[in-house]
Amino acid sequence: MSSRNLAMHELSVCQALLEQVATVAKSHRAQSVSRIVLRIGPLSGVEPQLLQAAFPLARGGTFAATAELVIEDLPIRVKCEQCGAETDATANRLLCGRCGDWHTRLLSGDELLLASVELLEAEEACATPVAAT
Amino acid sequence: MCDTCGCNVTPGNAHLAHTPNERGESAVSVLSSLLTANDQVAAHNRAHCDTHGVLALNLMSSPGAGKTALIEATIDALKDELRIAVIEGDLETENDAARVRAKGVPAHQITTGTACHLDAHMVHEALHHLPLAGLDVLFIENVGNLVCPASFDLGQHRNVTLLSVTEGDDKPSKYPVMFRAADLMLLTKTDLLAVLDDFDTKRAEANLRALANPAPAIQLSARKGAGMEHWIAWLKQEVRDQRHRVAARVSLRPAIQPDGAKLHQSFGQWRIRG
Repeated sequence: MSSRNLAMHELSVCQALLEQVATVAKSHRAQSVSRIVLRIGPLSGVEPQLLQAAFPLARGGTFAATAELVIEDLPIRVKCEQCGAETDATANRLLCGRCGDWHTRLLSGDELLLASVELLEAEEACATPVAAT
Repeated sequence: MCDTCGCNVTPGNAHLAHTPNERGESAVSVLSSLLTANDQVAAHNRAHCDTHGVLALNLMSSPGAGKTALIEATIDALKDELRIAVIEGDLETENDAARVRAKGVPAHQITTGTACHLDAHMVHEALHHLPLAGLDVLFIENVGNLVCPASFDLGQHRNVTLLSVTEGDDKPSKYPVMFRAADLMLLTKTDLLAVLDDFDTKRAEANLRALANPAPAIQLSARKGAGMEHWIAWLKQEVRDQRHRVAARVSLRPAIQPDGAKLHQSFGQWRIRG
């Protein structure tokens, strides 16, 4: 890992992402990667906009050199351990939306996931590769 | 080998994992944490500490909140009872490691250059420079930063987050990712409360609770000694708990890490997408 040489947090996350994508591409003997889909929650500690900005810098010379990065934002949802309600919450107020208690469990919102990767096949596709939509 | 990084997909079974469309494209669902590589090294570090019976604590805070002063005061209080070592993380200088070594305790300085946080790989390298055998506690003093360090598992057992009273009692609300990760919140430099009229310790704790975090909040002044006994008691209890876990061959992850590992178990398989 060479992430320590990169200044930005999001750049090092990008590099970890590209290493995983390369593993996927290699194991499928793909020529290249056309689309990468991430799922990110506000409590992951990663800023989607900064990740989008860092991605073109990090992808050069990799399997994903021309890939599109799609980031799906996930909502913050909590389940109350007192009243059992499942409600929306915000990053710094993870309280139950129904009874207001702070004894809640996070259902969604801290994800930092590589959801899927679209690959271009090595043989068939190299004639007319088409970008994924 | 595992279902998360894709190394279980071989040329023999790859056709099961994806189907190309007419354009030669195929979609592969992965659903694994982006930080899988870091998390694997972190798990290795934790196992390494467990093997040697060491409790590893990750100290995180803003720059200047008093992490090194806390370590120095802790060494002074416990050096006859517990064997301590320290990994120091800073962008530059050996200053903090030198301060710790002056107390007679082994320390290894990581200088990250421009990186804003420690990661598991850096800590792994540092572990090879420290005599783990015979240690009780390893402090990992992270880079002073309330943002990035919270996202990287280093292989610690507990996260200790310091908030100095000169910083403002709304820090947990401003940096929820960091304070949600705390297993213990230390309000430091409380000797200065007498001259500050805008820091309310109750409000700081309420802001921590608003993050659904039940972590204890301890007030202390490492320089003046007030409240240190509560921190020392917490630390000794953690050392005892770690000894019991080691004896029972159980390991402990900090309360909150990005939920990658949990998700791996339920979703960590290659899937075909239309």
